[in-house]
Amino acid sequence: MSAAEQALVDGDAVPLSLRGPAPTRVVAGYGFWLFLLSDIIIFAALFAAYAVLSGETAGGPTAADLFDKKHVLIETACLLASSVTCGFGSLAVQSGDRSSTYFWMAITFILGVTFLSLEVSEFSHMLSIGAGPSRSAFLSAFFTLVGTHGLHVTLGLCWLVVMLLQVATLGFQPMVSRRFFCFGLFWHALDIVWIGVFTIVYLGAHL
Amino acid sequence: MFGRLTWAAIPFDVPVVMIAAGSVGFIIFCVLALVTVKGWWPYLWREWITSVDHKRLGVMYIGLALLMLVRGFSDAMLMRSQLAMAAGHAQGYLPPEHYDQIFSAHGTIMIFFVAMPFVIGLMNFVLPLQLGVRDVAFPVLNSIGFWLTAAGVLLVNVSLVVGEFARTGWLAYPPLSEVAYSPGVGVDYYLWSLQISGLGTLLSGINLTTTILKLRAPGVGYRQMPIFCWTALASNLLIVAAFPILTATFAMLLLDRYCGFHFFTNELGGNPMMYINLIWSWGHPEVYILILPAFGVFSEVVATFSGKPLFGRRSMVMATMVICVLSFLVWLHHFFTMGAGADVNAFFGVMTMLIAVPTGVKVFNWLFTLYGGRIRFTTPVYWALGFMVTFVIGGMTGVLMAIPPADFVLHNSLFLIAHFHNVIIGGVVFGVMAGITYWFPKAFGFTLNERLGKAVFWCWFFGFYLAFMPLYVLGLMGATRRMQHYSNVHWQPLMLVALAGALLILLGIALTGVQLAVSIRQRERNRDLTGDPWNGRTLEWSTPSPPPAWNFSQLPQVDRADAFWAMKQQRGTAQDPNLKRTYQTIHVPRNNPTGFFLAFCAVVLGFSLIWHIWWSAGLGLLGAIAVCLRQAWRTDGEIEIPAEKIAAFERLHGLKESTV
Repeated sequence: MSAAEQALVDGDAVPLSLRGPAPTRVVAGYGFWLFLLSDIIIFAALFAAYAVLSGETAGGPTAADLFDKKHVLIETACLLASSVTCGFGSLAVQSGDRSSTYFWMAITFILGVTFLSLEVSEFSHMLSIGAGPSRSAFLSAFFTLVGTHGLHVTLGLCWLVVMLLQVATLGFQPMVSRRFFCFGLFWHALDIVWIGVFTIVYLGAHL
Repeated sequence: MFGRLTWAAIPFDVPVVMIAAGSVGFIIFCVLALVTVKGWWPYLWREWITSVDHKRLGVMYIGLALLMLVRGFSDAMLMRSQLAMAAGHAQGYLPPEHYDQIFSAHGTIMIFFVAMPFVIGLMNFVLPLQLGVRDVAFPVLNSIGFWLTAAGVLLVNVSLVVGEFARTGWLAYPPLSEVAYSPGVGVDYYLWSLQISGLGTLLSGINLTTTILKLRAPGVGYRQMPIFCWTALASNLLIVAAFPILTATFAMLLLDRYCGFHFFTNELGGNPMMYINLIWSWGHPEVYILILPAFGVFSEVVATFSGKPLFGRRSMVMATMVICVLSFLVWLHHFFTMGAGADVNAFFGVMTMLIAVPTGVKVFNWLFTLYGGRIRFTTPVYWALGFMVTFVIGGMTGVLMAIPPADFVLHNSLFLIAHFHNVIIGGVVFGVMAGITYWFPKAFGFTLNERLGKAVFWCWFFGFYLAFMPLYVLGLMGATRRMQHYSNVHWQPLMLVALAGALLILLGIALTGVQLAVSIRQRERNRDLTGDPWNGRTLEWSTPSPPPAWNFSQLPQVDRADAFWAMKQQRGTAQDPNLKRTYQTIHVPRNNPTGFFLAFCAVVLGFSLIWHIWWSAGLGLLGAIAVCLRQAWRTDGEIEIPAEKIAAFERLHGLKESTV
């Protein structure tokens, strides 16, 4: 009797890989993890471009001239706090608690919007002093990297609104809970990317 | 109102284009008219366009690839005939600006719209059947992936008539591909069609990876999984890891072109070589995305028709996964001439030679599987043997160019062109042809005509050698790629031999059409009633041909590799043939038009962006969002197939089988 046969005989000992198709919840989550990995590779390419081009200021403003550490610190605090509230929201979804789902996810939404408006104010300030993305390769890379993260946050906020509407109309169906789980993964992944942005772009500017 | 789009975009003054476009348009019109007159639209809509069945999608991928093979090959014929003529004082019939579009379109189409859909189609069709499950992980996503690929195909072909295609080569190197040097729409056609189809490829990579890792019949662990599934796993992991790099790189070039950014420009600190590094860190894994599944096909074919388990299965899996990892460490060998210095070039040269080692392991595995087997010389075996000879030659010329000093001489020469056609035709195309012949009876319930199949093989085999061996020689004589004319008339005889080879391959492609037609006419004679026409070893052969929508009426219980072979060995001893089988209700995914509608919106969006028609780009985007929201609120994703229907199907199949 082979090891696999033996494993099939005594139920508990069956290794995970031999137990047959995984449940939908696991499959959906796994697929979304793979998507996130691919998304992070997009960021990796943008980080690489930033690393190559960050010194190419073409006589224009440098990173140290432009970035305001205090501003970025508030942005970072908003985004990290939104990850915490998103975590509480996910717990509320798991327990099927509608009102506290709305409460925590609304706070997450507000923190996300605050982060975005801070980013927009930073970008518009830079544009107003002539430090737009067309000024130099460094600024092209900066606006693309940070802007792509901002675009992800924007899409995440839209997704969050859709999910709250889904809870309102469809209730906590398995499908809705699965999507909320994926949303949570997405939101936390954006935090991880932001930590990279904060470290490499903003702290790196003052090295 | 219509951005850059005016009547001047349609080249009424170029007869070659107008005649080609006119005849393609006429054929499309005839097909549509035929479908309408015969009333086939409801059938097509129900059974194919909205289908989320992985088998149907696999067939559609391969159909798309065959169609685009004809398009890409007609470009090849134009180039070969031009070069057969344009020696010395003769200029041939294609002006440089047209010739440049042809070689760019040829490369783009052959890689993205022929080789990729071929390989993804095979994996789509085969994987769930080999894994013993009812569908892929995300069936609707699967359909979206296919239709986005089709949207990319449509955009590339529209460029033939409306506007122009890129003149930059198949990878659109900057600064040539920047607005300053390519102000037309050609590069935009290239970028948007590949962004859209690349998204489709990424979705299908995520889908198939999840399928292999999370959906397998009970008992199918990693040690029991068929070898094609392993190679497909490596290929799809590479898709997930490499395609995002392509998306990001194209996004940067698009920002340069549309918004005046300076990633790859000559001015203000832009760095064109960064594009070339980025694109090849996708591009080199890409060649393994294509070849690994072909290796998987050969492994299945060689084992099946030798009547033996694959020799050195474990080393085959190891070799596959080693290639999967190493494929990310060799990209710089595509541009040793960048001038990165001796240390960097030496590292990448050594890595390139190293990656040949696991490939060599595979060749020996196939040889030792054949050794001592009772080989049945069917068409797939012809392709496999032709592959082994041809691919080894291509591999060796590759190792030759892995030596940086040698590469400095051969870079961008016809030697390089001969090398990569050697491995892509000898590897990917031969593998896909073997796979199509091998699994065709599973998809359609009858085998392909063997005589014509072998004729197709010989055409491709000799055609390849005639067409590309002269290019090796010409490359050593100093002929470069992408030239529309040459002054050295001594090259012409070899160019004529290459043309003869291309004509022979053309005959092979035509014979594929004949083979399909003849096989369909003779289908009653070649009917596969058992579901196992080749005496196969893996689970796909345990299903009826074609398999029902639910693939397996009962999920198989597996405990070893070559599971179906083992079942056949045990049949009659362990199992009671009169055993009363019980069936349960099965849920299968419901048809879904989301993919089709999304692709429609993507075409509108892409075309509008290419021509700077901003209002209709907005409409396309809004349409896509609406389609996604509609899908988000769809709660009737599955239909139930009652147990009685399954039992009736199984009785009928058993009856057919017993008459054999």
